[in-house]
Amino acid sequence: MQENILEVNNLNMHYETISGEVAAVKDITFHVKKGESFGLVGESGCGKTSVAMSLVQLQADNAKISSGSIKLDGQELIGLSENELRSVRWDGISIVFQGAMNAWNPVIKIGEQIREAIREHYPNNTKLQNIEKIKELFEMVGLDESIIDRFPHELSGGMKQRAVIALALSCNPKLVIADEPTTALDVVIQDQILNEIKKVQDLLGLSLIYISHDIAVIAEMTERMAVMYAGRIVESGPTKDIFANPKHSYTRALLESTPSVVGDKVKLNSLDGEPPSLIDSIEGCSFAPRCPNKTISCNSSLKSELVEVSPEHFVDVCNAESLNT
Amino acid sequence: MSNSEKEARKKIRRTAINKNWTLFKQSRLGIVGLGIVLFFAFLAILQPILFLSGVWNEAVYDPVVGYEPERVNLLVVECPQQYPTEKYAEPNDCPARGEVNKVLVFDPSVSVGDYYETSLQPAPPSSKHILGTDSLGRDIFSQLMEGSQVAFLLGLLSATVGVALSTVLGSIAAFFGGRVDAYLMRQSDLVLMLPFLPLLFIISAFVELKVWHLAVVLGILGGLGGSVITIKSAALQVKVKPFVDSARITGGSRMGILFSHILPNVAPLALLFMVFSVTGAIASESVLSFLGLLNIDMSWGLMIYLSQTDGYIFSGLKYWWLILPAGLSVTFLAGGFYLVGRGLDEVFNPRLRER
Amino acid sequence: MKKNLIEVKNLEKYFETSAGLFSRKKSTIKAVDGISFEIPFGESLGLVGQSGCGKTTTARALCLLDEKTSGEVNFYNSDTKNMESIDNLNEEELKSFRRNIQMIFQDPYESLNPRWNIKDIILEPLNIHNIGSLSEREDAVVEILKTVGLTPPENYLPRYPHELSGGQRQRVSIARTLIMKPKFVVCDEPTSMLDVSIRISIMDLMLNLANDLEVSYLYITHDLAVARYMCNRIAVMFNGKIVEIAETEELLKNPIHPYTKRLISSIPVPDPTYERVVYDIDYTELDNIIATDTGNIGMVDIGNEHFVATHDVKGIL
Repeated sequence: MQENILEVNNLNMHYETISGEVAAVKDITFHVKKGESFGLVGESGCGKTSVAMSLVQLQADNAKISSGSIKLDGQELIGLSENELRSVRWDGISIVFQGAMNAWNPVIKIGEQIREAIREHYPNNTKLQNIEKIKELFEMVGLDESIIDRFPHELSGGMKQRAVIALALSCNPKLVIADEPTTALDVVIQDQILNEIKKVQDLLGLSLIYISHDIAVIAEMTERMAVMYAGRIVESGPTKDIFANPKHSYTRALLESTPSVVGDKVKLNSLDGEPPSLIDSIEGCSFAPRCPNKTISCNSSLKSELVEVSPEHFVDVCNAESLNT
Repeated sequence: MSNSEKEARKKIRRTAINKNWTLFKQSRLGIVGLGIVLFFAFLAILQPILFLSGVWNEAVYDPVVGYEPERVNLLVVECPQQYPTEKYAEPNDCPARGEVNKVLVFDPSVSVGDYYETSLQPAPPSSKHILGTDSLGRDIFSQLMEGSQVAFLLGLLSATVGVALSTVLGSIAAFFGGRVDAYLMRQSDLVLMLPFLPLLFIISAFVELKVWHLAVVLGILGGLGGSVITIKSAALQVKVKPFVDSARITGGSRMGILFSHILPNVAPLALLFMVFSVTGAIASESVLSFLGLLNIDMSWGLMIYLSQTDGYIFSGLKYWWLILPAGLSVTFLAGGFYLVGRGLDEVFNPRLRER
Repeated sequence: MKKNLIEVKNLEKYFETSAGLFSRKKSTIKAVDGISFEIPFGESLGLVGQSGCGKTTTARALCLLDEKTSGEVNFYNSDTKNMESIDNLNEEELKSFRRNIQMIFQDPYESLNPRWNIKDIILEPLNIHNIGSLSEREDAVVEILKTVGLTPPENYLPRYPHELSGGQRQRVSIARTLIMKPKFVVCDEPTSMLDVSIRISIMDLMLNLANDLEVSYLYITHDLAVARYMCNRIAVMFNGKIVEIAETEELLKNPIHPYTKRLISSIPVPDPTYERVVYDIDYTELDNIIATDTGNIGMVDIGNEHFVATHDVKGIL
């Protein structure tokens, strides 16, 4: 029995564009244990969506995985044929895309679209069985069963998002990737949906990868997490540890720049500059140009690697000395 | 403006043009189209150069009044009643090259078997006239080049008029809305409904149409039609953008915003229309000329018209040089502009681009 | 008594839509259903609410982008030293109004004309209002670029918006807005489309400028945490009405209206050890307050400059 539902090792992925190769995912290594929720946090352009797409092997046409391994419950996904992948997708691993609530086909009823997904993997089910399954799913995510016969435009944003989650669960996946599932929603609805996700996870013993730029959501939803910057993981470990004791300067900057409604009102710090363009390959620490804690020992031309600072808590640094700041 | 600023501006403009050119280059259709257009443009320029540099004698090579005085000796034959015979397979084969039918020779002193000296018109392609001459002894290649000039003039003039008109009207409709918009839309609907060619026929009955008359008429008809609606919808999309709101809040006047904010953003679409409308203009001209409705000295359409009135159009491939060059030119140049438009579309419409 | 910069009384903006193809009946959407507030000089008000609550419609009505349906909006006129209505302004008055009220938009990608370079974008307000000579205007542009942190200015003047990042574009918007030194700026979620790590720098910039230039903000956002950072007073909007309005810290520590409570309790907190305070939807406190509103004013002052709305929300929440 595997303890990890997902093991990603040294994943490298780049896009081929007119202007050159853009390395979107650089040497990513992480694992997700069975039944846990794992958070992936970073800002726009850090590569987190590219990682998500690579995991379900749905990357764009001009995206190439140049090296690395992705093992889902022990099975290697890279190198599988399209047919083999189709059987893995949705019942091994499914994904809730960013903006997925807008991906519903407007002329087909919701129930029919979900049944389509189920039919792919369980072709021998009767129509009745599938509808029963959908009713179960809807109950789990808090949707009324009448939604099965509705068209997407009749639903509110929150309802569409819940339906997307139901769709992602429809084939009993072992692992669900949620890529910013609540970004476009109001905070009240977001709260409801996050609660639904937690409930479903407990009920089904689901493993979850939660991707977001909002560290507050990651703080509440995940047990372990990784912080991404410019295509690399700069820090990873148990969520509580990272919040209590952030080691990488970028992580610290992220935590320090988030305003909150609780606690005292504090002056926040922000970062200068912009994330680096991924077209130029960067030697060593990609954060060095913006790092407020650069030490003399931060030789930014050295290659960086993950160093364990406390149990399971890893930081990506060029030299271990800089960790002592 | 400081010097460093001027330098920066120049550099940025250059990179923008380079970038657009790179994108255009990627479109194979666009490059093919551009090649075709440049080829015909070259033809148009070539003719005056040949005359001015003296390579061509105007008296001989002028497309309208030139005359090839060379005379040939033709064998007089009598065409048999029944076919096929030993010499001829079909009625069309008699008289063959270098022969003339006795019936057409009005000199009673000439009889079958004699050689009759005459000027050969229309003459097939030769080293002197690379595409031959027409029935009036005029050089076909020169006519082709003249037709190229006409096509460009007509096409670009009508396109400019049409696009200017539709851009202004479309933007006004979008910006002012209400009754102005309603009126302009109904006007467009009306123009769209009018049958285009019959309308041109009627106009040509009342007004003597010269090339640039036709250009303006085509421009106005095109400019008032469906393109107004499309430009209006593009202008509407610009109108609701925050930067237009920003200009309004800052206190900009309505006309100021229309000209400095909306029009420049609608311009790429208008440019695209312009290129496509050249296609229509060239085709329209050739149709009208073919029907003899234009007062025009020389154009491709006219070349085909003449070959029809002279009776050569059904001669099969025997007198191909009277029809094919002109016909193919119309097709290729009109098509060439269309392909350039497709190429431009890729530049302006980022969604069509491949990564 | 604090001098007010802007006073809004019962602002209403309704949209009429026809109910169907064959129906003559028109339905009315009350986007803004009677809201009132004041903003004194030197203060900023946050307008917080979820999408569709009417906050952007309010902003547009205040800036005279869209015409309001009814209600009073009074703005302090420094020439006449009086509060004057924004209704029925003639062209000249309108132009002077436009010098003093500006707006910063949410989308950094769509709020700058892609065909204009940065210099022209920032020059435009000065050109429209004919301020100073040409060289004075150009100097002012260079100065404001430095102030918003886009240095060296020569690098930015000839560029076009698509060459700048989102954060840089918002700085250009801020420069263009503040070059006229307006008294009142409506900010429509200017940082929600920016990366988290640069939001604070934009917000700090706006706070500093507000101090230096004595500008008041109406800061519109769905994010209560951001409103807390930017404003000393917050109005919570729901369904076209303001349901509660109070000083920032007072509102967060002592929310009264059930909607405010629900809003606060839905916000995730960036601390995994924190247990969120979950407010139950309890109408008793609100009912008590409604009972005190004998004159049916609509907003009850419960002391400490803290106002609660008394209209019926049961069933809608």
